[in-house]
Amino acid sequence: MVRAYRPPDFQSALTIMRENRAIPLAGGTDLMVSRRRWSGLSPFFAKPVLFIGHLEEIKRVEIDITNIKIGSACSLASLLEHREIPEVLKIVISQMATPAIRNIGTLGGNICNASPAGDALPVLYAMDASVVLQRKAEIRTLPIEKFITGPGETVLKDDELLTSIIIPKKSYNVGFYRKVGTRQANSLSKLSFQGLARIEEGKISDIRISFGAVAMTVIRSREIEEILIEKSGKEIEKLIPEVSSLYSAVIKPIDDQRSNIRYRKTISLKLLRYFLRTVLISKIG
Amino acid sequence: MKINFILNGKNVWVETDPLKRLLDVLREDFGLTGVKEGCGEGECGTCTVLIHGKIAYSCIIPVGAADHAEIMTIEGYRKTERYKALQDAFAEAGSVQCGFCTPGFVLAAESLLREDARPGETAIREAISGNLCRCTGYNMIVEGIKIASLKGKGLW
Repeated sequence: MVRAYRPPDFQSALTIMRENRAIPLAGGTDLMVSRRRWSGLSPFFAKPVLFIGHLEEIKRVEIDITNIKIGSACSLASLLEHREIPEVLKIVISQMATPAIRNIGTLGGNICNASPAGDALPVLYAMDASVVLQRKAEIRTLPIEKFITGPGETVLKDDELLTSIIIPKKSYNVGFYRKVGTRQANSLSKLSFQGLARIEEGKISDIRISFGAVAMTVIRSREIEEILIEKSGKEIEKLIPEVSSLYSAVIKPIDDQRSNIRYRKTISLKLLRYFLRTVLISKIG
Repeated sequence: MKINFILNGKNVWVETDPLKRLLDVLREDFGLTGVKEGCGEGECGTCTVLIHGKIAYSCIIPVGAADHAEIMTIEGYRKTERYKALQDAFAEAGSVQCGFCTPGFVLAAESLLREDARPGETAIREAISGNLCRCTGYNMIVEGIKIASLKGKGLW
């Protein structure tokens, strides 16, 4: 039987991580499924487990003038209820899994799980989110795209905990999110699309586009976004074929049990064009 | 590990593997067989319990994570007036056929009605979206919850 620890506070959790290189478990809604065995048996963990879901220090939401700081062990449901959480993030979270999973599953867990189909990821990439990582001797902050390096892969060290997610406050006046799955509730995404923009005086002053589940990690290209900056509705209309083909080159989906390459690519690009043409241009007027 | 929690209103403890599923602890250590195992992977909702009044899947919660939690199963909930209202409404609407999923649906309904005493159809369907029923086709369950919210006026 593998050891499990339930630290009384966050500092003790860091000490346990240093001494035992444990697997942190907050909600466990992914870990308990991936490690499950026969009914009646405890799930299999190769390393000791550290319960962190009860630690108040990482369950807070803190707001200052420039940032929103979300504790990694905040449940998804608690974020939906929080007044200061941006609506664009709430739209995404409200479509994740089911109410019972959202009550237990955490934002930090969705990030550390690092699934290419992790539903919270495209919007976090689009909002320039950073993650705060802490171990006994060090605290570091990394942009989320530097943290996640591949399917299930992150740069989290084996004695380190993800403690919070920092989202810069920005006001977008266009937001568009689509999750494509086989059914409305509790589906794992075939693909997802997130578009965010700010329109000022008939032109785009800020735009962020990201795609989920169509590559090893979430796709976001600042170079392609740059092409659309300061453009008017008419100019965007002309740029759609070019932008579409640039994204086509970076979208590299796979065939798996949930979908296939052709479907994922086709629908991703259709959603991109829908966002640019129907959502964005109609908003610019 | 010794794990303490409140189960159906009583302080209880259990000395067990903290990674054991809450589902197995409830069924095996406490004999609460109203908590069912369906899929065992957080998809079907037959193992639903209330934790601090909100639904959770006991098949994907290690009991160590539930230390100090307030847990209610259908066995505790059935002693309440609200349960009676849901029971009558489910009977009236024909919300129960084989019954295997029913404890989960009743608790999902409680979790919803506690937040929203007069939910519309969309809110009801959203609230039960994590519970599967292979008999009724859901319409009768949605109807049952609507009836409970009307006839159980003042209970939530």
